[in-house]
Amino acid sequence: MGAALAEELLRLDLHDLHVSLGGKMVPFAGYEMAVQYPAGVMKEHLHTRGAAGLFDVSHMGQVILRPKTSYEALALAFEALMPVDVLGVAQGRQRYGLFTNETGGILDDLMFANRGDHIFVVVNAACKAADIAHMQAYLSEDAEVIPVMDRGLLALQGPQAEVALARLVPGVAAMRFMDAAMLPWQGGDLWISRSGYTGEDGFEISVPDAHLRSFAEALLDQPEVMPIGLGARDSLRLEAGLCLYGHDIDTTTSPVEAGLTWAIQKARRAGGARAGGFPGEARILQELAEGPERKRVGLRPEGRAPMREHTDLFTPDATPLGQVTSGGFGPSVNAPIAMGYVAAAFASPGTALEGEVRGKRLPATVAEMPFHPTTYKR
Amino acid sequence: MKYTKDHEWLRVEGDVVVVGITEHAATALGDVVFIELPEVETVVAEGDEVCVIESVKAASDILAPLDGEITEVNTKLVDNPSLVNEDPTGAAWFFKIRIDDLSVLDALMDEDEYNDLIG
Repeated sequence: MGAALAEELLRLDLHDLHVSLGGKMVPFAGYEMAVQYPAGVMKEHLHTRGAAGLFDVSHMGQVILRPKTSYEALALAFEALMPVDVLGVAQGRQRYGLFTNETGGILDDLMFANRGDHIFVVVNAACKAADIAHMQAYLSEDAEVIPVMDRGLLALQGPQAEVALARLVPGVAAMRFMDAAMLPWQGGDLWISRSGYTGEDGFEISVPDAHLRSFAEALLDQPEVMPIGLGARDSLRLEAGLCLYGHDIDTTTSPVEAGLTWAIQKARRAGGARAGGFPGEARILQELAEGPERKRVGLRPEGRAPMREHTDLFTPDATPLGQVTSGGFGPSVNAPIAMGYVAAAFASPGTALEGEVRGKRLPATVAEMPFHPTTYKR
Repeated sequence: MKYTKDHEWLRVEGDVVVVGITEHAATALGDVVFIELPEVETVVAEGDEVCVIESVKAASDILAPLDGEITEVNTKLVDNPSLVNEDPTGAAWFFKIRIDDLSVLDALMDEDEYNDLIG
């Protein structure tokens, strides 16, 4: 990495903590971030599945949408940016959303929560500047778009996340999957949701800057908790079958192609109470009705060789089918796993395909996702 | 033991040279999950890609450090790639190569020179 590049990278508030924990810092989405700690990707991954892992995701964008007239007007304006039922999200609940463009592609995926008198949004780091501009451009009549600049974001994930966090914040034990709550800790207000991006039960916790370091250290002091870097974050979300923006979904992939139809609630579909009325409606509603031409699928390569991003996929008789968009080794699956886009006729689980790895066509099978069972506490 | 700038170690064993990757390289690669070895009796030229190592992070190649013929490969690595992380300079040798003239090894780095390189 050149010195010039290093100077342009932003540092997280917890940078010194990551370095002191032995984090190997690499550039990611404009930030210096820990790709792994001394335990290494494999152990960090398995620790998260077996106990609890702490992730610093403070690079992500946190935004508050405060209504100018009414919450309902804000929710309806927000719905005009997404094929998602915003109005139907109850107070104290969170939902997955995606900003679409006029051609039905995905500008970003996000989480948003109904916090009674406003909406709290978390967006991807690489997209946050564009997302904030997008929301300011389209929501300004109905909302103040307020980037939250004075808070970090931590994720605590794994089967022992609840017991570890509940020692510090007892109220979390009563939360279920996708609940969102504000709970106090040592005079600071934590914004907590029972969610994450690993396929495990767990929590995402927005922490005031003034409490961020002490709260992160208090979590790391819990016997169940180990710090986890970006490397394991990626293998965990891949095993969970979750999309990484910019890889598995982007401005060319529609939510239907991406298999994210579960994120398009009935109210926004044909015949629903508020059908359509979002960017890319023509393509998205048509694909919902008729099926997309291509689909995102899970892939299980035979043997041990991973099929990584950009691996070309073929039918066994050599017809090009598409490409792998994420791929690697799944430590909990103990085998290579991948996801990618293929023509719809080849998207059924069990379909035999080939992926070209280093000039050789190797067999792979279309597989159900997630690759590793999820353990959300519903 | 001799070293290349590509972070391989070479150890003379009778009339063949045993080749593996250094601890520094194994640490940098991270957890190794897949290894592809060359065929025995393959004749290779210096710089040829002879092995593939896939870690949880990325794929890398091992290049032939010298001209020669592969005489033996460590098939244990195929079944247990994590040996590379556990014992990179011992049990996790990759292949043995027969070369015409062992004196070409003299041009490679010794341990002090290699430590300076990675220092």
